[in-house]
Formats: sequence, C-alpha cells, structure tokens
Amino acid sequence: MTELISSLLRGVGTGSVYALLALGFVIIYKSTRVINFAQPALMLAGAVLVSYLVGPLGFFVAVAVAVAATAMLALGLERSVVRPMIGKPVFIIAIITIGIDIALRNVVNGFIGTDVRQVGSPWGLQSVRFAGVSVQERHIAMLLTALVIITVLFLFFKYSRLGLAMRATAFDQETALSQGVSVSTVFALSWAIAGGMAAVAGVFVASNAGIDQQIWIVALKALPAIIIGGLESLEGAIIGGITVGVVESLVATYQSDFAPWLGSNFSVVSPYVVMLIVLMVRPYGLFGTKEVQRV
Amino acid sequence: MSTAGSTTPRRRTQRLPGRPDMFTSYAENMRMLNTTPKRRSIAALVVVAVAVTFVLDDPTLQIFALGLAASIGAIGLNLVTGYCGQVSLGHAFFLAIGAYTAAALSGDPDGRTIGFGITNILIWLPAAGIVAGLAGILVAPLAARLRGLYLAIVTLGLVFLGEHIFKEWDELTGGPQVGREAAVPELFGFAFDESGDILTGDQKIYLLMLVLLIIFAVAARNLTRSKVGRAFHAIRDRDLAASIMGVQLAKYKTIAFAVSSFYAGCAGALLYIVTGFFDPTAFNLLLSVQYIAMILIGGVATISGSILGAMFITLLPPITRELAQFLPLLTTDPSASINIFIVEGVLYGALIIGFLLFEPRGLFGIWLRIRNYWKAWPFTY
Repeated sequence: MTELISSLLRGVGTGSVYALLALGFVIIYKSTRVINFAQPALMLAGAVLVSYLVGPLGFFVAVAVAVAATAMLALGLERSVVRPMIGKPVFIIAIITIGIDIALRNVVNGFIGTDVRQVGSPWGLQSVRFAGVSVQERHIAMLLTALVIITVLFLFFKYSRLGLAMRATAFDQETALSQGVSVSTVFALSWAIAGGMAAVAGVFVASNAGIDQQIWIVALKALPAIIIGGLESLEGAIIGGITVGVVESLVATYQSDFAPWLGSNFSVVSPYVVMLIVLMVRPYGLFGTKEVQRV
Repeated sequence: MSTAGSTTPRRRTQRLPGRPDMFTSYAENMRMLNTTPKRRSIAALVVVAVAVTFVLDDPTLQIFALGLAASIGAIGLNLVTGYCGQVSLGHAFFLAIGAYTAAALSGDPDGRTIGFGITNILIWLPAAGIVAGLAGILVAPLAARLRGLYLAIVTLGLVFLGEHIFKEWDELTGGPQVGREAAVPELFGFAFDESGDILTGDQKIYLLMLVLLIIFAVAARNLTRSKVGRAFHAIRDRDLAASIMGVQLAKYKTIAFAVSSFYAGCAGALLYIVTGFFDPTAFNLLLSVQYIAMILIGGVATISGSILGAMFITLLPPITRELAQFLPLLTTDPSASINIFIVEGVLYGALIIGFLLFEPRGLFGIWLRIRNYWKAWPFTY
C-alpha cells in the first residue's frame, strides 16, 4: 500500500513538470495554432543557463535570471523566424520549429560538453516521511511550484488586460484584431511564457541526475499529455501532464511484476500507449473541442 | 484533332515544326518525358550516374549508394506527406520494419539473431516492402480519423514505441549497441557485396541501388499522375472538398500510407546493406526528421526533388567533415566545445529553416528558377 502511495506521489510530482511543459505547448497552440517543437531545446537552454549561473548567483536568483533569459530567447525566436511565416500552412511552421529545435539544441549541447552538469538544486535526493510514506523533497517542490505557476497563470488570463487579449485572440484572431488587440504582442507573449515555463521545467528535470545531452527527450513526454488533454485546453494540459506522470510512475513500479514481457524501461514509452488508446476513443482528446469544418 | 478518343488513333509522334511545347493529344501532354530536352537530359543523367561508378573511389561510391537508397525512402515520404498532405513523423518506424524483415529473412539460420537464410533479393526486398506496407495499413485508420498536427504527434509516438520494441527484441535486432548484420544482397547466386573480376562490391551495390531507384522513381511518378495521384492532390489541398467530389478519404489515405510504407520498407532493407551492419538505436526521431528535411529541402511533392534532397542530406555530413580540414576552428574531437558534430547539427536546423523561409519549393524550386531564367534568356524581365 505504501508502495502504491509513494509511486502515485512520485507520479504527481513528475507529472506536474510535464504539466508545465504541456501548458507551454498549449499556450502557443491556442494563440498561434502551431505546435512548438522547439520546446525541448528551450527547456535544455534554461537548465544549462542555471547550471552556469548557479555558482556566482545562488540557486534561486540563477533560476529567475535563466527563466527571464529563456523567455527572451523564445521571444527572439518567434520574432525572427516564426513571425515571417504567419499565414503559411501550420505544418510548415511546425517543421520550422523542428529546425529551430535541432539548431538550438546543438548549440546548447556545445555548452554541455560530454560531462554531466549539475543545477545544484537545494533539494537533492533527500526524502521526507509522511505517515510511513517516504516522498522525495524535489517531488514536493515540483508540485508546489507547478501549483503556484498555474494559479498565477489562470489569474493572469482571467483578470489582466493582456490575459483577456490572449483569450480573445485564442477565440477568434480576426475579431480580436478588429477590437484593437495587438495580436503580434499576444504571439510574442505566448512564446515568452512558454519559454519561461520550459526553463522552470528544465531545472526540475535536471534536479535528479543532472543535465546531459539526452534529457531533452523528457520534454517530448508533454506531447502525449497535450494530446490526451486535447490541444486547446489548459485544464486538459494539466490533467494530461499529471496522467502521464502517474501512468509512467505506476508502470515503472509494477510492470516488472505483472508484465515483464513488455521489456525493461517500458515506462518510458507507456505515455504514448495511453495516448493511442485515448485517441481511439476520442480523436480530439479528453477536453479538446471537436473541430467544426466549413467548406 | 484535339480529341484522342477511341475513334481517333492517338498521334504521339506528330509535332508541329518549331513548336516544341505544342501538344496535340492529352496522352502526349501527360507523357513522363514530354519534351525533347527532358528526354535528353534524363538520358545524360543516367549515363553520368553509371559512368560515375568507374570514376569515383569505393568510399565515395558507398556514400552515393546510401544516398540512392535514402532517395527511395524520401520518395515514399513525399508520397504521403508531399502529395497526400498527411504529415508523418513515423517514417523511421517503417524503415526499421523493412530493415528487420529483410535482415531476418536473409540472415544466417544458425546465427546469433533470427535468420531464415533466404538471400535472394527478389524475395526479401518485396517482403520487406509488403510487411512495412501492412504496418502502414494498420496505422492508416488513425490517419483517417485525425488531421494535421494530431497525426504528426501520433506518428511521432509510433517512432518511440517502435524504438522501444526494437531495443528490447534482442533475438531479432541484437539489442542496442550490439546490432545485427544487414540483409545479404544476392540474386540467383550472384553476390552484389563481394568483389568480382570486373567490379568491386561497392561498385556492384551502387549500380544495384541506381537500377532500383530508377524503377521505384518511375513507379512513383506514374502513380502520381494516375487517378490515385489526383485523389492525393485533392485530399492535400482540401480533404473536405475532396470527399464532397467523391474521393473516398479513408480509402485513399490508406493507399497513401500503404504505398509510402512500402517504399520506406524497401529503402530500410537496402540502406544497411551498404554498411552491412545496423543497430536498433538508429531508428529514432532524428531519422524521421532527416527524411522530413530531405523532402523539404529537395522539394515537396516532386519525385526529382526527393532524390535531390536525399542526396543532399546524405552528402552533408561527409562534406562538413571535409570542411574541418580547411577551418582551423572546427575539430572532429567530440570533447571540444565547437566540434564538427555540433556544426553539422546546427547546419541541419538552419537549412530546414532557411529553405522554408526563403525557398519553400526546395532545391527543385531553385532548379525551376534557373530553368525559367534561361528559357526566356536574354529577355528575362
């Protein structure tokens, strides 16, 4: 029983990191209708920045600076490479973001080198015990950080002028434009927010085993999360992210006992299996809106 | 004169003097090589491609043979993504299925990995294509339900699942970092990979790839100007409108995935006979992205563009490695901060972005521009 609970808690912890990444994807998708495949590179860039800044600045200042810098980087990418392509088919823009991802990731890899870099997070691998269940501190930190960011984000969307502009743009771009909403600001802002959140997620992903050239794969686990939740739903992204984390953690705990024939490390690909099953039943995800087509 | 019905015999050869672009029948207009310059240049190209065998050294020929095999795969991806508009990031998965089917069929029965000892290329090549094609048919129902980026992500998931299966299935694949030997190219006792009196093994394999590529390219070109090809175009341009015109979406999307996967399977089977050995970690997302890059850089919805792009992407790593000798900043030492592998990766990304921003029609588009410039020369305004 304690094994189940601690496995669930681990899942919710990592799931909240996936939720942050998934929210980044969804925010960009809602405003520009494009899936930003450069998200893994932004995550990696944020984490690597922290690993360089943590020495002189200390962990929390380093994270703040890295988040701001990654947001600026994302904004710059949107402005220079993605903006000229507005109006082109979304597939083309999505492929451009793949190009950005490959280029940026290779640049960042140059700063990682062959060794493993540490972000020096204050949590390390210590655990705390609640009623006999041991939980790693970093999983609690992940969940709390995600909760704070998500709350701030939802308040921002609900009460601020810019948040309203973003919601209006997501609802109908042309109408928003005609009401005086600066759609280009919204595009830039959505990339900046997604970039900042990717950096935060990167720090947490790296807080376990450090940064090597392979951790970018983790960011792609947000893709099944957004498909499970539905591409245009913020709530769906959060629920999808947590689902992916919990499924992965449960599979990692129990699959070797119940289904060893699936092979070791099946937990890594289990989110994609869940994604396929959800899509068989609901082609637009759990919370996505069914697309209405007009000829 | 203009109607080529059942009563009027088709006039294929009649040409008006001095009017090379004047076609007097539909069949003549739709011919694959409908102008004399096209016929001559294609003939010249084939002659050059064959002549290259005796000019270049074996390592260079190996790279070219890889490019030719990759071209078959790129044509396959272009059929489903370029012509039919179904974005597939799962091409690596189908390449892997073809590669392992061929390797297992022609493998040594007493070897470390699964093998049936059927080394005849006429058996394992179609088998690789058919097994991959069947896998494509299995994926197609998902494609019929999903559109656009949803499909892209699902096919991306396929690559991850495939990578996992191939890594775990040691008996078939040899396991990661170990790998297994590739298919054995043999035709009724004639071994392509062994050096003979006249030709070396690499020269034979290069010529084999060239012949196969020509067959596959002509077949694909034929498919795209048939009823099926027109249905693909209609689905790409607007699937809803196509279905209202009577194009059965599910049927044609299934055909597109099946044919594309068939090509991918054959390409996968052929790709690794050049090096003779392959590893299950090769079939990752990067491989899929490379194929996407091939068709985007070469030219979307063109067969010759697919070949151009595949050659370009295959030649890129050797060329950047050559570059390292001239630029003192670059090293092939993987521990240096600016090494050749990083430059290569950045170049991939930058090329994809650059082509999409500035020449969306790819290398084929550049060729079209050059051709049109000289067509009207010296009146190029």
